[in-house]
Amino acid sequence: MNLWNWLALGGAAVMALTIVAEIRRHTRTSVAGRRFFRHPTATPGLFVLAFFVTVALAAPLVAPYRPYQQIDIDRLADHAPSTRFLLGTDPYSRDVWSRLVYGARISLGIGALAMVVAVTIGAAVGAVAGYLRRWVDPALMRLVDIGLAMPRMFAMLVVVALWEHLAVPVFVLLIGLTGWFATSRLVRAEVLSLREREFVSAARALGAGTGRVIFRHVLPNAAAPIIVSAALGIGNVMLLEAGLSFLGLGVPSPVPSWGNMIADGWHKMAVAWWSSTFPGLAISLVVMALNAVGDALRDALDPRREAA
Amino acid sequence: MAAWLVRRLAASIAIVWAVATLTFFVIHLARGSPFLPEQSQHTDLATLDRLRREWGLDRPLPEQYVLYLRNLVRGDLGESFGLRRPVADALADAIPHTFTLAFAALLIDFAVGLALGIYQAVRERGVGDIVLGNAALFVNSMPTFWLGLVLLLVFAQRLHWFPVGGPSDPVLCPRVDSLPCLLDFAWHLTLPALTLGLVGAAGTARYQRAAMLEVIRQDYVRTARAKGLRERRVLLVHALRNALLPFITLVGLTFPFLLTGAVLVEWVYAWPGMGRLAVTAILQRDYYVVTGAALVTSAMVVLGNLIADVLYAVADPRIRVRGA
Repeated sequence: MNLWNWLALGGAAVMALTIVAEIRRHTRTSVAGRRFFRHPTATPGLFVLAFFVTVALAAPLVAPYRPYQQIDIDRLADHAPSTRFLLGTDPYSRDVWSRLVYGARISLGIGALAMVVAVTIGAAVGAVAGYLRRWVDPALMRLVDIGLAMPRMFAMLVVVALWEHLAVPVFVLLIGLTGWFATSRLVRAEVLSLREREFVSAARALGAGTGRVIFRHVLPNAAAPIIVSAALGIGNVMLLEAGLSFLGLGVPSPVPSWGNMIADGWHKMAVAWWSSTFPGLAISLVVMALNAVGDALRDALDPRREAA
Repeated sequence: MAAWLVRRLAASIAIVWAVATLTFFVIHLARGSPFLPEQSQHTDLATLDRLRREWGLDRPLPEQYVLYLRNLVRGDLGESFGLRRPVADALADAIPHTFTLAFAALLIDFAVGLALGIYQAVRERGVGDIVLGNAALFVNSMPTFWLGLVLLLVFAQRLHWFPVGGPSDPVLCPRVDSLPCLLDFAWHLTLPALTLGLVGAAGTARYQRAAMLEVIRQDYVRTARAKGLRERRVLLVHALRNALLPFITLVGLTFPFLLTGAVLVEWVYAWPGMGRLAVTAILQRDYYVVTGAALVTSAMVVLGNLIADVLYAVADPRIRVRGA
């Protein structure tokens, strides 16, 4: 870590604070916004997320080394944390801090993208099932029952066995495809009540087709449960990614995902605790922030279900 | 009630069958087969051909599927290529380990979670509530296997309080058949159970706190207080009884979580359960072990949900029989 890295890190913190303040300023005018920020963990959670995203984007400025660089395999493997190596080096003499910073891109990116896939499918299936009813609804919901019956870890293990070397985009797609079941149930429940409302009859009377009614009129009104389940779902995806990568079945090895970093340092845990501990801490922190923000969002957007 | 139960049971069986079908076809789509030249230690093609025929892998897929289902009904889950024994046997060896681990974890989960949740609800918005609430949120956000690694580092490698892995001491207690060996087994079980249980307890505490808070505000709790009952009695008898209802659903929800979490925890602690078996099998492309493990796990989840539903209906007369 040199002076510039520290300055960049400080800059990222300031940036994150600014982002939180801006969001706060813009949402203060709405009831939901005020209710969101009244939640005690909302502001710190949002700050942690903004901070990690900023650091991930500014990775080349914040990281003193390249993520794949083996600095000196003879003398600098498993080096303890110091001023030069903020979080030490891993068994392959790579700088843990640099890998952590670049790993934020991978882990956060996979979490966000997979969640987009899952939420898109879940919302579409839930809306179609809830709106069309008749035979479509039971058929789709039985499918969801099957999906929910299989623990996600096992579903992923079964699917991952298909590929010898899993490319990251395929991996993201697979996590998304195994993660939409719960969302679709939530959305369906919401749509079931929305479809009886007057504005839906009005849209239909005006000649809107089924697709248009579902995606332009019904779904936007079911946004609240979708947003909440997305926020909470990213955390789950990150945990799943970490677990699979830890088993060597997720992101391919030299790529610095946080799960891979834990796997890399695992066997040297007894002599070099830092290379596995810090990435795990980073995952816990980000997932905690996501859960905190998700809780606050639920309270803000869905006051009927004020729980947990 | 009986008709409802039969319908639920039929639906559960249908789900298990669907899962079996799904896993069967997905795994057979796998490019990697144990008897393709590039993945086997046998290099000569004649031997590979013979092996493929012996295992029935040369027959058309529908035929293999029918055979698979017929065997399934008889309780035969196929043969493991890697272990050279029936999958059902391998699973039968592994399941008790997964179950003991899950059960021990469940005990820790509910005991710690309930106590914390009730305490937090009683001290709502106090210092204890806030500190414990944030701690629970943090622990609940940890990757289970990472918590396992940290506990291993601290309590096994540094403090030497607990062993580093395995179900029992391989030299002194290869089988658990005497009291000292039972203690040894419990000693080995502590860290993995604690790992799974604590993460679960953090979630349970959040859940229980919310349920308890909802009940405390009800009129009958105020009535109980107005009657002059002691606070302890009001909380633990009147309030807790009703706050425990949603808890039954939680049992159904916790079960898949424990089985899923157990995969990684078993891996970290070298615990010879189903998760470890499944992961090893995947790394070796061992078809039927993977399908078998996935199938048995799904069946257990479906069964867990069914039991939770029945318990719920028994415990709460308001929810009796509303179709499937």
